[in-house]
Amino acid sequence: METTVAPAHQTVRMVAIAGNPNSGKSTLFNALTGLRQKVGNYPGVTVEKKTGRFHGSHGESLELLDLPGTYSLQTRSPDEAVARDVLLGRRTDTPQPDVILCVVDATNLERNLYLVAQLAELGLPLVVALSMVDLAERNGLAINPAVLSERLGCPVVPCIASQRKGLVELKQAIARQLDGIAPNRAPLPPALEEAARTFGEALAREKNLDPRFALAEALLLLTSSIDPAETGLSANLRPMLEYARRVVDESGLQRVSTAINARYAWVQQITCAASTARSGDGATISDRLDGWLTHRIFGWVFFLAVMIVMFFTIFRVAEIPMGWIESGQHLLGGWLTAHIPAGDFQDLIVSGIVAGVGGVVIFLPQILMLFFFIGLLEDTGYMARAAFIIDRFMNSVGLHGKSFVPMLSSFACAIPGIMAARTIDSPKDRLVTILVAPLVSCSARLPVYTLMIAVLLPVGFSAWHKAGIMLAMYLFSMFAAFGMAWVFRKTLFKGERSLLLLEMPPYRRPSVRVTLVRMWERAGLFLRRAGTVILSISILIWALSTYPKPSNPQATPSEALAVSTAGKLGHAIEPLIKPLGYDWKIGVGILSSFAAREVFVGTMSVIYSIENGEENTPALREVMLAEKHPDGSPVYTPLVCVGLMVFYVLAMQCLSTVAVVRRETNSWKWPLFQIGYMSVLAWLGAFLVFQVGRLLGWS
Amino acid sequence: MHTPSTSPSTIAGKNLSGQPVKQRLKITGFALPADVQQRLLEMGLTVGTECSVVRYAPLGDPMEIKVRGYFLSLRKAEAEGIQVEELPV
Repeated sequence: METTVAPAHQTVRMVAIAGNPNSGKSTLFNALTGLRQKVGNYPGVTVEKKTGRFHGSHGESLELLDLPGTYSLQTRSPDEAVARDVLLGRRTDTPQPDVILCVVDATNLERNLYLVAQLAELGLPLVVALSMVDLAERNGLAINPAVLSERLGCPVVPCIASQRKGLVELKQAIARQLDGIAPNRAPLPPALEEAARTFGEALAREKNLDPRFALAEALLLLTSSIDPAETGLSANLRPMLEYARRVVDESGLQRVSTAINARYAWVQQITCAASTARSGDGATISDRLDGWLTHRIFGWVFFLAVMIVMFFTIFRVAEIPMGWIESGQHLLGGWLTAHIPAGDFQDLIVSGIVAGVGGVVIFLPQILMLFFFIGLLEDTGYMARAAFIIDRFMNSVGLHGKSFVPMLSSFACAIPGIMAARTIDSPKDRLVTILVAPLVSCSARLPVYTLMIAVLLPVGFSAWHKAGIMLAMYLFSMFAAFGMAWVFRKTLFKGERSLLLLEMPPYRRPSVRVTLVRMWERAGLFLRRAGTVILSISILIWALSTYPKPSNPQATPSEALAVSTAGKLGHAIEPLIKPLGYDWKIGVGILSSFAAREVFVGTMSVIYSIENGEENTPALREVMLAEKHPDGSPVYTPLVCVGLMVFYVLAMQCLSTVAVVRRETNSWKWPLFQIGYMSVLAWLGAFLVFQVGRLLGWS
Repeated sequence: MHTPSTSPSTIAGKNLSGQPVKQRLKITGFALPADVQQRLLEMGLTVGTECSVVRYAPLGDPMEIKVRGYFLSLRKAEAEGIQVEELPV
């Protein structure tokens, strides 16, 4: 892990592309690599790893690694840690780059050059791509690349990636720098420089590092606010770091701020020398747009309109392709049933695998559409404004301005919602959002609500009554989600500061190509990672409800289910669910719908031997209404019906979500915690409805 | 690890929170946990930097400021820990 990969051993030289968020890094990456790119994950973290190939100015093949967008190399989020570790050559899975290509937004020179100043300290050859020069000029800002290049000590190439301008020059500069030298650095106060050098030598010795990178690492550790115990340093090095920090403190320097101030002072000098002062501070188009889009009244109108369009698309428009997938699945199932001899194998293929995989693929339209919208919101710059408008409200319930889109998407489906939480850069806020997102009432609960409302309301009640109960369930789910977010903030993450530091980028025209490419990447990741988990568990649940088989081969499906392992489990958990007013048959329904809530309706149809149960709610309703306990009292009393709905609002009951949470949090700890707390909540909710209702004399 | 700064009113001088829109301001210091301060510094809010309030969100919080030629929004809770002085127009 500590050894750096010598460039000579690599067959293909590597260029890492770094830059601030919103700097035009993705556009440049796409322009350079075209569609020759690969997306995966860094092992052990949930950070996306994107690489691509491009041809250098002499036709040689070069590897381009897209680093996560970052404002600095001091790490706070896993994304930034990956960027830093790759650049320092600390990751075994990724060789240290030969050249860093840093994208600098010309309209935002000072803050972007700050990252350049930090990258320069790494000692790797550097090329600066100056992006958005056209926008800068339109804003009345002229930048002299030659002066910038001379001051920074590295090539500076102006480009307009969307028009492929400057790419040839960029490739030439990269080729020159493959064996180039390190750029200039910001001068630091002698006491800090000295302490960093001494500690860097110790690091180099102890960890067997190249002295150049050891110095960079020493400086990062020295000027960070992280506790030495949390740096992951060995017991030998920790006291040395503490000593070095003390030396700096005693020299009268403010350890954390000194280096940052020195870099910004250097950057400011360079900016002054290389760019002409802006011609007046007139309001830009973005400024004027913001006057409207964050306006006290019109801002909300626009916000609501955007969210309604997005929600409608995910909820309603996605139903059309979802219908196709479903019929495709039925057709395939039918074809397979006709062509595979009847028996366990046919059943495994059709009911286990095709149904299991279908259950995953069905989410694809919603995921694609959500990520298309999120891509548009991010690329146009509106996402930051939406977060700006709603943050006050979200913060009051323990969430973050950027939690809004994930929460809203969860009304359609928690899976895209949880994936959308990636846009939240603060890890704690992201985790709280992921933990409560499945409480938001998703579309898979609708079949359960519909069935229970049908059983609850005798014929003759109007559609308004039904809609009213449905609405109550949706409101209850929002209350539960916000309530739990608040509880988690006050308990699990007590005292942890939720921080909002949000750049408001200028409004930009989105690139449809970049948005589509990103949309497919996300979909691919979902299918690969979630698919495998869901497939295996679908097969498991199929086996549980199939074996052991009834001794009588003429047994009805209902009898077969009763003697299967799932049926036995239903009996086994009866004592647990009796206080909720449920019998073992409801127990089987709950257990079988552990993978997906809507399965409940199908299972109840099998239990009550209703043909085509999913399409035949009236018949199922009649049977359920007639269902009696052994003592003759009805099973489906209004309290049981409401209790069941409350149970399904609160219970996790969705394996796809479990798989996605596992993927997004990179551990089993959080999905298991989520199953635990939601199951307890669901049981308590149903218990309270049933028992308090009975105490109050309702039956 | 850090002591949250909840009572900025005890610190002499003005802080960024609640400053009128368009008023030119200069950052003079911080009363914030070290890690938050570090992030603000790295975003360019170093001592001596000029900034101005651009607008407040419709619900009054967060606020948007202009600093080093770009726009940044932050919550009042953090802005209260950023000490400023007014600059003549």
